[in-house]
Amino acid sequence: MAPITAQQPMSIRFSPGRSVLYLAILSLCVLFGFPVFWTLMSSFKTPAEMAAFPPVVIPDVFQWDNYHRVLVISRLPVAQWVLNSTIVVTLTTLGTLITASVVAYSFARFDYRGRDALFMITLATLMLPPEVTLIPQFVLFYKLGWINTLKPLWVPSWFGGGAFAIFLMRQFFLSLPRDLDEAALIDGAGYFRIFWSILLPLCKPVMATLGIITLIGSWSDFIGPLIYLNTPTKFTVSVGLQFFNNSPEVGGESLRHLLMAACILSMIPTIALFFLGQRYFVQGIVMSGIKG
Amino acid sequence: MAVAQNQQTVSIGSGPSWISRAVGARSKVQTHKALWGYAFSLPWIIGLIVFWGGPILASLYFGFTEYGITSAPKWIGLANYSKAFNADNLFWSSLERTFTFAAIYVPVAIVGALLLAVMLNQKLMGTNVYRTIFFVPHLIPAVALAVVWTYLLQPTLGPVNAFLRNLGVENPPAWFTARDSALYSVTMINIWAAVGGNTMLIFLAGLQGVPQELYDAASIDGGGVWAKFRHVTLPLLTPTIFFNVVLAVIGALKVFTTAWVATQGGPSYATWFFALHIYNQAFLYFHMGYGSALAWVLAAILIVFTSFQVVYSRRWVHYEGA
Repeated sequence: MAPITAQQPMSIRFSPGRSVLYLAILSLCVLFGFPVFWTLMSSFKTPAEMAAFPPVVIPDVFQWDNYHRVLVISRLPVAQWVLNSTIVVTLTTLGTLITASVVAYSFARFDYRGRDALFMITLATLMLPPEVTLIPQFVLFYKLGWINTLKPLWVPSWFGGGAFAIFLMRQFFLSLPRDLDEAALIDGAGYFRIFWSILLPLCKPVMATLGIITLIGSWSDFIGPLIYLNTPTKFTVSVGLQFFNNSPEVGGESLRHLLMAACILSMIPTIALFFLGQRYFVQGIVMSGIKG
Repeated sequence: MAVAQNQQTVSIGSGPSWISRAVGARSKVQTHKALWGYAFSLPWIIGLIVFWGGPILASLYFGFTEYGITSAPKWIGLANYSKAFNADNLFWSSLERTFTFAAIYVPVAIVGALLLAVMLNQKLMGTNVYRTIFFVPHLIPAVALAVVWTYLLQPTLGPVNAFLRNLGVENPPAWFTARDSALYSVTMINIWAAVGGNTMLIFLAGLQGVPQELYDAASIDGGGVWAKFRHVTLPLLTPTIFFNVVLAVIGALKVFTTAWVATQGGPSYATWFFALHIYNQAFLYFHMGYGSALAWVLAAILIVFTSFQVVYSRRWVHYEGA
């Protein structure tokens, strides 16, 4: 294009090209933002507005009561689903953070026979589709009598939290100077003390990252709860939402507007968490991408 | 916990004890440390055996049996596999649909994510806001995503078709509810949710890692916007593209939730993907043996695809400093 134009400073200036770019970005924002906005607005509608044609985007009067109704009054145990999801998500996140950091500490700081082989096997589990282990795991939990309980959803996370979690934590431990450990060892600290009082406090950023990623994944999980839970009071939010979607009319009353409120409820934790911990979240994704 | 203090007890004269040799250590201190290492990795060693190793072997075995979970597995050799290849109509058609999905999803999601990342990398005002808005669809739980789009794309009352009619489209598509459009609608909502998500963030990080000197050098050589993208950005981004493509292919071949919720695999099997077929056989009919065989077919396809990509990548992926 232009011949040698010595060092054009990168500045924020308006040019036809940039205006087109802004226009494109704004229309993309509408494309990505509108569905969520529409759902949010629908969650405040009356059943009549929900069924109106042409569609009503913004309701006349915001029915704040919809949220109260979906959680408390509706005949579906939505509040119970939120509670079940909260239990699963809390236990899964705790289990992953605690056990993945201990295992990663072992991989990063100790020398023992088989350690590298064990680490390679750990990475190899990332390649295998979960479908392969899903059926035998179901059989295992069936034999244990855990079907229709929340246990199959969180117990596995207490055994290392999975390859991704261990890998992420290990990379972080490797970046911490070994002098810290050695100084503490000379001062008479044991290995667990070193882990718990010296290294772990330094791991806060990576634990925030791992915590957010685990939490979002666990909250959104669908296949697990779909397979293991079969009575509505045991459901988590995702399967509950699917159940709700399949029965939008309870007792002859259309509950579609309440379904929209339930959808918003299901999005709040993940979106809120992303906003609160955006920095940590983005870092974690980027780390996994670059190291991969 | 003052055990680490006995560092002076290394016996130089006698050889290491059997336990030291077993753990690969040369002194008492090292042995002690190695044992702690095992202790700390114990949760994962148990996890690997109980939730990975055991299940992998079990599912290989189940694949050769007839197993309805309530009775013991009965060995039937290759019957499950021959049933899949020869006698199950949905096997081939669900594979074909899954590949059609992947053939659209992977290129569109990758190119789209790359374009979005390039846009966000232009130092515009409010970039963080746009990045967040693009990312939000990725944060919606897949079930809610499918439910919301079912209403948006509702053929008669939905806002999308109302909008299309306003634009003068007389017969807007019936989206999820018609046999010929359901597969493309499911593909579309999956792309919508994925394109501004992790893939885009990874591209953005890759773009930010391209040194400014290279662009400056390209400018001096008279390179325009396209030339810079083609000869500087793209080659340096190949490792990132490779990583994202591998992940996208794996994700695409496992597509399940959106189709399960929005269409239940219908209408008349139009969105019956391979993962739905596995789920249906294993967890609705409790054909655990047949389901395991199907899962291994999927695993084999994924392994072949991924290794092919790794081998082929040597021809187009450029690693800096390699």
